[in-house]
Amino acid sequence: MKADVEHNSLLTIEGMRVEFPSRRGHVVAVERLDLSVEPGEILGVVGESGAGKSTIGNAVIGLLEPPGEMTEGTILLKGDRIDHLDDAAQRKIRGARIGMIFQDPLTSLDPLQTIERQLVDTIQRHLNLAESEARARAVDLLDQVGIPDPDVRIAQYPHQFSGGMRQRVVIALALCADPELIIADEPTTALDVSVQAQILDLMKALCRDRQVGMILITHDMGVISETADRVAVMYRGRVVETGTTQQIMSKPTHDYTRSLISAVPRPDKRLKRFPLVTYIEDAEERPEGLNLATHWLGKVREEHKLTGNLVELKDAHMRFITRHSLFPSRRLYLDAVKDVSFAIQPGEVFGLVGESGSGKSTIARMITGIYKPSGGIIEFDGTDMTALQSRAAAAPFRRQMQMIFQDPFSSLNPRMRVEDIIEEPIHFHKMAYDQSEARQIMHDLLDVVGLGAQAARKFPHEFSGGQRQRISIARALATRPRFLICDEPTSALDVSIQAQVLNLLKDLQSELNLTMLFISHDLPVIRQICDRVGVMRNGQLLEVAPTETLFTDPQHDYTKHLLKLMPKFRGFRMPELES
Amino acid sequence: MLTFIAKRLVQSILVMLTVALIAFSLFRYVGDPINNMVGQDTTLEERVELKERLGLNDSFFVQFGRFVANAAQGNFGFSYQHRRPVSDLIAERLPATLELSIVSAFLAMAIGIPMGVYTAIRRNSWLSHSFMTLSLIGISLPTFLIGILLILLFGVVLRWLPTFGRGDVVQLGWWSTGLLTASGLKSLIMPSITLALFQMTLIMRLVRSEMLEVLRTDFVKFARARGLAERYVNFVVALKNTMVPVITITGLQLGSIIAFAIITESVFQWPGMGLLFIQAVGNVDIPIMAAYLVLIAFFFVVINLIVDMLYVVVDPRLRVDSAGGH
Amino acid sequence: MSLLTLACALTAPAVIEDVAQAMTDTTAQTTQKSWLARAADSDLWYSFVRSPVTIVSTIVTILFFVSAIFANWIAPHNPFDLASISIMDASLPPAWMEGSDPRFWLGTDDQGRDILSTIIFGARISLFVGFASVIFSMILGISLGLISGYVGGRLDAFIMRVADIQLSFPAILIALLIDGVARGVLPREMHQDLVFYVLIFAIGISGWVQYARTVRGSTLVEKNKEYVQAARVIGIGPLIILWRHILPNVMGPVLVIATIHLAIAVITEATLSFLGVGVPPTTPSLGTLIRIGNDYLFSGEWWITIFPGIALVLLVLAINLLGDWLRDALNPKLR
Repeated sequence: MKADVEHNSLLTIEGMRVEFPSRRGHVVAVERLDLSVEPGEILGVVGESGAGKSTIGNAVIGLLEPPGEMTEGTILLKGDRIDHLDDAAQRKIRGARIGMIFQDPLTSLDPLQTIERQLVDTIQRHLNLAESEARARAVDLLDQVGIPDPDVRIAQYPHQFSGGMRQRVVIALALCADPELIIADEPTTALDVSVQAQILDLMKALCRDRQVGMILITHDMGVISETADRVAVMYRGRVVETGTTQQIMSKPTHDYTRSLISAVPRPDKRLKRFPLVTYIEDAEERPEGLNLATHWLGKVREEHKLTGNLVELKDAHMRFITRHSLFPSRRLYLDAVKDVSFAIQPGEVFGLVGESGSGKSTIARMITGIYKPSGGIIEFDGTDMTALQSRAAAAPFRRQMQMIFQDPFSSLNPRMRVEDIIEEPIHFHKMAYDQSEARQIMHDLLDVVGLGAQAARKFPHEFSGGQRQRISIARALATRPRFLICDEPTSALDVSIQAQVLNLLKDLQSELNLTMLFISHDLPVIRQICDRVGVMRNGQLLEVAPTETLFTDPQHDYTKHLLKLMPKFRGFRMPELES
Repeated sequence: MLTFIAKRLVQSILVMLTVALIAFSLFRYVGDPINNMVGQDTTLEERVELKERLGLNDSFFVQFGRFVANAAQGNFGFSYQHRRPVSDLIAERLPATLELSIVSAFLAMAIGIPMGVYTAIRRNSWLSHSFMTLSLIGISLPTFLIGILLILLFGVVLRWLPTFGRGDVVQLGWWSTGLLTASGLKSLIMPSITLALFQMTLIMRLVRSEMLEVLRTDFVKFARARGLAERYVNFVVALKNTMVPVITITGLQLGSIIAFAIITESVFQWPGMGLLFIQAVGNVDIPIMAAYLVLIAFFFVVINLIVDMLYVVVDPRLRVDSAGGH
Repeated sequence: MSLLTLACALTAPAVIEDVAQAMTDTTAQTTQKSWLARAADSDLWYSFVRSPVTIVSTIVTILFFVSAIFANWIAPHNPFDLASISIMDASLPPAWMEGSDPRFWLGTDDQGRDILSTIIFGARISLFVGFASVIFSMILGISLGLISGYVGGRLDAFIMRVADIQLSFPAILIALLIDGVARGVLPREMHQDLVFYVLIFAIGISGWVQYARTVRGSTLVEKNKEYVQAARVIGIGPLIILWRHILPNVMGPVLVIATIHLAIAVITEATLSFLGVGVPPTTPSLGTLIRIGNDYLFSGEWWITIFPGIALVLLVLAINLLGDWLRDALNPKLR
């Protein structure tokens, strides 16, 4: 690491250590950190959650959350020491020499001030310009970041801009006083895939043209491979490896980097299993294979042989009222799903892919009855679900379909113990004769997902994100469903955990012959796990095809567009992990 | 935006009508109006005749309609106890209550808001801590106790201020004001402080907690990251955003000052509507109770409308519609 | 005191700082702990033990509660027993002043009742009315809030409209109105008997709005959370979902509101009694005492008002301090 550090770099960090004192002792967020950034260069800082990446950004600009503090190390900006400055000196640097961009454009802008006001005030703070000159400069900045009609739009308020536009405004604000360094903390994570690409291109162009150095903090390997010039990989507060992007992506040296990159789902080839990140210090146990002959899940299944489609949608339609009014003509509607028709065969894994707002999650909720469809027919095993009147009539069908959700932090009731969470559906559908049998089933399920019986008495908050998803899976399996809907089940998880959970789902699907509807916006994952795929946009189903066909020979323009946006890195692969 | 105003106006009228309904039901059905109006020796025939004359045999809606029509003109009938028109009584007492309330409201805001802002910005100074402690005591002291203590200290022990009444008043047409005489002003001091104290501490705590929330937002962090001055961040960015929720609740709170005046007026024997109301409750003097109810509702509705207008002025999200998918 | 244990139990899922949480994401499960050990380890207990002010105010509150419950045994005299009161003992000053009687530590009032005993019994009445009103408010407010938030639509709009209208009128006014109406509607004897119920109803009705609004807000948030959707996917009906899933998760802020509300209820009852429209004069509460004493302030018999006044302020202050600490402790963002 030391060899990387040059003292005439734009930014030099040496030996940084950041601690957060708490009642449980000092938590060390970052230690023994050495980094450098050159003018015009984009340094990507990548790592999973908890690695300490954001802490670095906050420390450089002097905005560490109290009580955090930098206890060791130095930060030099073009040779000037910028750590441990007093408040006034800090404020001189912020904005003028270092700019920062945050993740969520929705909350980064003051909702009550016009863009003009926010830009002009920042400009005048650092540069000695008259009001009209400042305004002219502001308009010019907006133009540079790609806002159309900047002269008109400058007078508008933040809520009048869309997400991507807002992030452009944020970038303009960060550039107001021509800083030498920009810190971008997950700048595109909250944006849609297509907008993401545009913003990244913009940032690359700006850095190059203005010779501004950038620290790009992200967890997304795809973003790094497309945008960064050099990469620093972080694990648990330390930099484990640095190098050029090319180097890191194709010939990483540190064990962690090697397994991290391999674990990113491949967009170009389907593998039997997702490669695991083996470097984690306390890796979780792999669940044993399921032996259906002895397991409860394999016991007498009294359902009949399935003929025809398991699930079928015919012209499904979902309309929400976005603005109520006494007058029907003044009401505003949102058609979340428009005339969607498709069918899922028994035993098949059907994927639904699209950006946010495409309606894929809405479809899942229509099938499971959370939303009542505004039109069309939804059939399950030949029965028209939309025609069923009472909850009691629908109950036996509800038992056969279950769902796993996206957010591991809100999909489990925080006040219920794990055993109660899993036993609830067992009791409701009367799957067990008595409490002791229910308990036995619950323990079995915990074993299947790899958590073991000792997890039963605990509360959800005592588990990590990946473990919580396993509990969700256990809950879903408790009613012995035939149909499992997975709504972005791993989008909120780190890459290393993703692989574990996805492998578990793959195993369960094949051993229990489950039919699955797998919803995701992540194309590589879809390719790895689905048999057929449907592409959605703005509530409409644009194309349905077998997976390989979709990826190699897409028909619809939008599908082609999505495929183009997939990160193309020919990343390093550990052949021993691919079977 | 015009639809917004129109909607609020319609809602306000609905509120007034609902309150009028309650007041009317009180008026008509609690106790027997006839009994309360006439003496013991009135004969049965006279009572029947009186009932007919007052229109008490008409249908519910007709009577209600009449009530509303009368109320709109300020006619609430005769007080059982005082045997005078209620509107006269109210007109006599209204200026006293209004002056007291407005002065108190002003005090509460002028001290409460700055104190709230200060304790949010300088969380750890000793002044902040003492303000917070004082505010805690402030909301633990019932209004009447504050009044009594003030009377004890400044009236009885120190003999600086008068202990009851309004002092000398100057008659300006229909309005009687105590603001133009020395004794009037002196009499106003203790009651207004008493009335303002509770509200002041509430406003202070509210402003403080809202401001702390705002100071934690991303846009404040971003403003700091752009190197903007602390004063700018605190007063231009944070304060404006704090005002939005503060306006609503402050408006409601101040409206309640008029009703809280009941207590203060009792303690200080201040000749206002509140004192009138309390006496009416004790004597079950329904016309006064009903009139007071309608009047309070009216004040609240007006204050709410003003608050809504202010809301629209301050928050641009209400004025201009959001972007579509631009 | 049950409030404390309840608070601890509710926050057993203790709040963990973000950084520490992220760090433990990939570690194995923690070891099993008993309920008590977990409570002692929780952040709530930690913050409690660290704040001397809170400890003192809890002790004061407990003292009040204990003396309220055991008033009959603790108070030196019984002020309601007409036989034991003698007008000869009237208006005696506190024990450390001239002309006093050592039997009556804090002096006597105009009818010869011992001030200290009357304070103890009066506090009991104040607390009783306060508590009962709060519980009434809570049940009404929580139910309406849950239904309003979960069902939504017209019902929600209606309930919130009613709440808005009622918010326009301060508790005092509503309580006064209801009391006045009851006085007019019920015949005198019946009114006397029912005075406490009327009072509790009046104060309770004036307070449900805060609970309803908060619970409704929380319900709206929880309703869209995925664990509620999971329950619906299983097929569970709305009533069970409300009871088992949503209610436990919205109770947190309710507790804080309840402590504030208790303080307000006690003050409201005292105010009503002071104004003469609260508890009957035969069972005086702290407010009644202050009222009685008010007439004697000018003649120098200050103890009749001041001691009950101090007692009232201490009680309300202690409750408020507890509420403040609870709110800060339960809010993870303030740390």
